[in-house]
Amino acid sequence: MISIHSLYKSFGQNKVLNALDVTIQEGGIFAILGPNGSGKTTLIKSILGMVIPDSGEISINDVSVRESWKYRQKINYMPQIAQFPGNLRVNELIRMIKDLRQKPAVEAPLINKFNLEPFLDKKLSTLSGGTKQKVNILLAFMFDSPLLILDEPTTGLDPASLIILKEMIHRERQAGKTILVTSHIMQFVEEIADEIIYLLEGKIYFKGSIAELKLKTSQDNFEHAIAAISMNKEESWVKY
Amino acid sequence: MGKILKYSFFDLMRSRWSYVYFIFYLALGFMLLFLNNDLSKAVITMMNVIIVLVPLIGTIFGIMYYYNSREFTELLLAQPIKRSNIFLGQYLGVAVSLSLSLVLGLGIPFVLYGLFQSNAIWDFSLLLITGAFLTFIFTALAFNIALSNENKIKGFGYAVLLWLFMAVIFDGLFLLTLVMFEQYPLDKFSLIATMFNPIDLSRILILLKLDISALLGYTGAVFKQFFGTNLGLFTSLGVLVLWTVLPVWRLVWVSKKKDF
Amino acid sequence: MPRWYGHQEFLVHTSGLSNPELLKMLLQKHILDIFIFALSTLFVGQLRADTIEVCATCPVTTLQAGIDQASPYDTVQVAAGTYPEYNIVINKPLYLLGIGQPIIDGENKGEIVQITSDSVTLDGFVIRHVETSYTKDHAAIRIIKSRDFILQNLILEDFLFGIYLQKSHHGIIRNNYLNGHATNEFGSGNGIHLWYAQHVLIEGNEIEQARDGIYFEFADSCVIRNNYSHHNIRYGLHFMFSNHDQYERNTFEQNGAGVAVMFSKHIDMRHNTFMNNWGASSYGLLLKEINDAEIIGNKFIKNTIGINVEGTNRINYQNNEFKDNGWALKIRGAIYTNVFTKNNFLHNSFDLSYNSNLNDNVFEKNYWSNYTGYDLDRDGLGDVPFRPVNLFSYIVNKTPETIILLRSLFMDLIDFSEKVSPVFTPDNLMDPTPLMKPFQSDLPPD
Repeated sequence: MISIHSLYKSFGQNKVLNALDVTIQEGGIFAILGPNGSGKTTLIKSILGMVIPDSGEISINDVSVRESWKYRQKINYMPQIAQFPGNLRVNELIRMIKDLRQKPAVEAPLINKFNLEPFLDKKLSTLSGGTKQKVNILLAFMFDSPLLILDEPTTGLDPASLIILKEMIHRERQAGKTILVTSHIMQFVEEIADEIIYLLEGKIYFKGSIAELKLKTSQDNFEHAIAAISMNKEESWVKY
Repeated sequence: MGKILKYSFFDLMRSRWSYVYFIFYLALGFMLLFLNNDLSKAVITMMNVIIVLVPLIGTIFGIMYYYNSREFTELLLAQPIKRSNIFLGQYLGVAVSLSLSLVLGLGIPFVLYGLFQSNAIWDFSLLLITGAFLTFIFTALAFNIALSNENKIKGFGYAVLLWLFMAVIFDGLFLLTLVMFEQYPLDKFSLIATMFNPIDLSRILILLKLDISALLGYTGAVFKQFFGTNLGLFTSLGVLVLWTVLPVWRLVWVSKKKDF
Repeated sequence: MPRWYGHQEFLVHTSGLSNPELLKMLLQKHILDIFIFALSTLFVGQLRADTIEVCATCPVTTLQAGIDQASPYDTVQVAAGTYPEYNIVINKPLYLLGIGQPIIDGENKGEIVQITSDSVTLDGFVIRHVETSYTKDHAAIRIIKSRDFILQNLILEDFLFGIYLQKSHHGIIRNNYLNGHATNEFGSGNGIHLWYAQHVLIEGNEIEQARDGIYFEFADSCVIRNNYSHHNIRYGLHFMFSNHDQYERNTFEQNGAGVAVMFSKHIDMRHNTFMNNWGASSYGLLLKEINDAEIIGNKFIKNTIGINVEGTNRINYQNNEFKDNGWALKIRGAIYTNVFTKNNFLHNSFDLSYNSNLNDNVFEKNYWSNYTGYDLDRDGLGDVPFRPVNLFSYIVNKTPETIILLRSLFMDLIDFSEKVSPVFTPDNLMDPTPLMKPFQSDLPPD
């Protein structure tokens, strides 16, 4: 269980997280949505400890993450843009991450699934964006951890790989894991998400299932529902 | 930290630049020795190289490595590794590999030349120790600059400026001050001023070996005590350690507070 | 055994000498050799002379008694043991021989041996504990107005003055070890002190911890060679108003200053080693008001100042090696007609400090390790001149603290720009034909 309490973070004048409160239960897929610059990545990075919040508290299973690093042992993270040290080879990178995490990993089936064998001996700088993203997925999914954080996992994937990715996410949910996802592809979100967390101006604007969202916005279509949230916001702003 | 050090180190060992650096020193060493046939002269030339080139290379290498390994850093930050270990590991990876290039690059020609049979061995070892210190200090300073400047161009500019200041400008200002205030006793001042520049400090350390006879030509009592006894050697070494520890400490401190 | 320095007889080099000065010296050496020969034949001639034995159980138990009983040209043979005596007066030609290093202990009561006669030889004694007086210059051995003396194989310790020659001449001081155990200049005297003396050979002695190791005042035509003078408080060797002297193959180490030659003429200095003379006013060699000297084949190693020159004329500096000194040469005041040629300047912090006009002094064909020029015509001489005075040495002269910036990049830069276009340093002071390779010293390695 991740619980976040009155989290503030600003970069210079720009307040990115503004008294954010949220509790994420164990198990299930949570899609973190919101317009550009609403603080999705900042929130994820705060959970990972890559961004240091100005104030507020983040705890995972009632243990604060501040100044701590061991909890990351239980998190698999897939960053938004796959950036790797260019002069490493793919298999060296896999070996290195395994060595650093000191945790059993099952990489062979994933390599097989994404047809990465021909690239194992290639340097990362020579790979295409899509292949890099596959490696990125591989690194996140090869460990068995209770929490997965996927930042825009669909970027640059071909349809076949996208299907594989969705399958993998489903399997992880079946195993009872908590998965946080951000994505701009609403179709993808609708397909996989159990719950939507909608961020706006550094706050949780909506949290609930897709059905609840549709009900609340009186929209049948998920994409329209999402769009409606921001519209509502503007209306309420005008009314206020 | 050990693991990060290991990966950074091997990463650097595979990069072309470490070899260039290593081969440069190797060539320099061979050239000095086998063209000159004079160990003492080689040691003096080497000193000039060390106090000018080593800080420059440490600074530029440090700043380049930091900016170039950003992806690696971000990858590591999401792993269950202590933050300070990531940066210390990377810093040590750079500093150790540079020092190794220096020590081996210069050491091999000198050993082949018959250093162990020569009485220049102490001067030479001191030279290498000083070189290693300067590498550690300037790499740490470069890391600090990089850590505080997201903009690569800016960071690079500051780093080169830092080197220019420490290697040349500082001494110019220093000389100006000494000449302007020559009617006052300045020996204490001048000793303290050197403490603020690791390059000067290293130079003093080497002068203690090479030019002690000239240094003792000055009448000031403070000088005499500083250069005539082991006080100079130990103070200089001590302050060099401080110059290494302080930037590293700041590196850890700033990295703890930084967002990625 | 005392630590003799340089036992071996000096062999006279006769090859390749053409200079009249050298010939004169050679003649001088021969005179000495003939003189030594004459002395030895003298002793052979004296075989009929008696030998008086002095020992604790002999009829004669004191040196003074032995001397008093002896007739001129007798031998007084002294057995091992300690003889507490002082103010011993030798007033007739005698050969005093110590067997097994007998000790004459002055017990700090006065002078110990006084020689007032010609042809006295003192051989094989240990003489120690001269009274320290601030009013009288007490010596372990004093020779007054005498000639043809030989002092050899002696060990002198704890003296104010070691050997004091007073208006004496034609003598030999050889293979002695002198240690004054002096700690300050005040209240100490000189190891070997010559005052109005001529034709004395001082050879193979080791002198330490005196005020001056060897001191010459109005001492002319003397030869000093193969001595080791070290850890003396003031100078290793000191000339005042002494002319036509020659010193060679001596080593002067860690003295207050190596050798001072003042107000003297025609001093010949060859193949000496001056080393490790460190300190604010310390130097290997000090020349003050000196004319017509030869300084040839000496080594100056690790001195604060190799040679400190003040007011010298017609001096020939040749084949010397200056290595690892603070300043190889420091020249103050006007000097004229000095020639510096074929010297090696190796890794000195500063090669030359010079604060007047070049005058008619000449620097040529020296080897400078700081020279960075080239030799395109391969004649062994650099094609561009070398300027031994750099701007930094000029700055250090004005503001001594700036020495701390020695070998800094900044200083190298401004030195370089000064070299390109001299502003502060005399632009005609240069070696127009610097050697590309060091001159090979003819002094055999030690």
